[in-house]
Amino acid sequence: MTARRVVKPALTLLVVVLLALLPELQVNLPGVLPGPTWTPGTEQLLASCLLIGALAVTYNLLFAVTGLLSFGHALYFAIGCYVFAILLQREHLALLPAALLTLLIGAAVSVLVGLVSLRVTGIAFAMVTLAFAQAGAVLVARNTGGLTGGEEGLGLTSAKLPDALVGVANTQNLYWLALVVAVVVLAVVGWVVGSRAGHLMRAVRDNELRVRVLGIRPYLVRLISFGTAGTLATVAGMAYLLVQGGANPQLTTSGFTLTLLVMVVLGGLGSRWGAMLGGVLYTLLDQRLGVLAASSRIAGLPGPLRVPLSQPTFLLGALFVIVVLFLPGGITGTLGRLTGRRIDRGLPVADRVAEPEPVEV
Amino acid sequence: MSTVVLLAVTGLGLGGLYFLVASGLSLIYGVMRILNFAHGAFLTVGGYLGYQAGHAFGSRAGSWPVFVLMLLVGTVTGALLATAVELLLIRRLYEREIEQVLVTVGLGLAAVALVAGGWGSDARPFPSPRWMAETTGIFGADIPNLRFVCLAAALVVLAGLQLLLGRTRYGLIIRAGVENRAMVAALGIDVRRTFTAVFALGGALAGLGGVLTALYNSTVSPGMGDALLIFAFIVVVIGGLGSVTGSAVAAAGVALLQQFANYYASAGIGDLTVVAALAVVLLLRPGGFVGRQVRLA
Repeated sequence: MTARRVVKPALTLLVVVLLALLPELQVNLPGVLPGPTWTPGTEQLLASCLLIGALAVTYNLLFAVTGLLSFGHALYFAIGCYVFAILLQREHLALLPAALLTLLIGAAVSVLVGLVSLRVTGIAFAMVTLAFAQAGAVLVARNTGGLTGGEEGLGLTSAKLPDALVGVANTQNLYWLALVVAVVVLAVVGWVVGSRAGHLMRAVRDNELRVRVLGIRPYLVRLISFGTAGTLATVAGMAYLLVQGGANPQLTTSGFTLTLLVMVVLGGLGSRWGAMLGGVLYTLLDQRLGVLAASSRIAGLPGPLRVPLSQPTFLLGALFVIVVLFLPGGITGTLGRLTGRRIDRGLPVADRVAEPEPVEV
Repeated sequence: MSTVVLLAVTGLGLGGLYFLVASGLSLIYGVMRILNFAHGAFLTVGGYLGYQAGHAFGSRAGSWPVFVLMLLVGTVTGALLATAVELLLIRRLYEREIEQVLVTVGLGLAAVALVAGGWGSDARPFPSPRWMAETTGIFGADIPNLRFVCLAAALVVLAGLQLLLGRTRYGLIIRAGVENRAMVAALGIDVRRTFTAVFALGGALAGLGGVLTALYNSTVSPGMGDALLIFAFIVVVIGGLGSVTGSAVAAAGVALLQQFANYYASAGIGDLTVVAALAVVLLLRPGGFVGRQVRLA
């Protein structure tokens, strides 16, 4: 146990340092990355991967830790993106005030939506969160008040951004920003999961009745989880806006929320690192499969092979079905099984970090 | 007056589509406790194969016999697809409900992408008899005939479902399954066969809904199923999970609200109003109007 206590933070630190050094190194992964790691294109892709991974970690807090199957979690990421973009681009606020205001709005919306949707549980909750996310998608798609740019999205063209965050040459700064945000999100989620509130979240997931008997309202515990996950998703969304240089209406669609679920399950439920890995892998696969689909090698194939291979979403959806059917526990779960660590079958899996513990009041 | 009538009838036509999707979802949920995210994909695939069947007739695609054939093809496609999905995927995950939902999510993503790959991601014009686009005057309002067709189809399906559920042995088993699945199994009834049947029935309704949605939009597009699915979810929650009558009432209510708000406020407000209505219903009656409150086991 003590050995793990030393090894795990050391490993984490090593991974973070390696990731931070990536833009300075020349790492070539042909087929996986579009180019060496110091090129802006690769840096931007890696930054997006980290932020989507961070988003998946916040979803993991909701789904795997608290047992809340939300189908509207992308809404808060989209709020981070769009509200931040509107404040910067249309209202011409400076970076910091805009970021703070966006954070407040994201937190307020997630708590408000949580207040309403947590009145129901289970599948009804899933559908209600989906409906709220759809409301967001409608607002964006209809270009409400001429703010969102509708289907075109909203680019950061006239925003007053610091010079260090603008231009292709500064992509590595954006990458480092993304890395910092991802580390912060992981750290906050880790802190929440380890706190008393986190214990209660797992308790609510496993045995709601027992929590009630102890005199605690599961509603409040769920609300804390929902609000925390939503707020952190907003933070990731803001960084994503800067990395992408604009907000894309694709982020508001129900399809994006569903892909979040795919990422978390793909990576392995219950573990933050699994979720992070799932998010990174999914984003990489999505991007690379898209490039593969557009390549001449695919275009030359006969119809029955070409059609499925030219659709990244088809391949990812099929992969997801296969993982759910044959690899319960996702990537981390399967790795854990191969290396002989105990894993729990079935979803949601109990958080493996947590040994059975008395619920403190 | 004529505007109100126009909005009411067109709203009910849209409600008919919502009902076709929502009733299947609601029955599947009621009996199997699965929220079928692939339902939109069933609808899209049904619509596209119906379109393909009509397309095969070339210039005669606009005639009535071909239209009926398209409806049949869509319905049968939906039923076959749903049966295959149930037998091959859902059944393997028996009693692991969250995983079943996840499989339908993956399937929905994959199937819609495959349709987009096969037929292209752009909308295609949907052939239909000329009569569909003509109008009939009621109280001074000129209403496109296809709205009546959607409404009529929904009413026929509603009557058929009521007969099936209320008057047949299968319906009895389904209703009993919604109430208490374990007891039905304990009485020696093969619940799995009922599951397949209910899933196929839902798929058939979605496939039929696919052809009618294409008729309603006068195009087929890969995203049409999922666009409808979200509102169908709202209808199912408002109507109460597992209740067909609740779905029918909620479908009409949601569609009317949407139509009127879209017309009298502005386009897009209707969609938001529906979400607000959902929030209000949940605050007042968390179980929906008809159903009881259900929880994820």
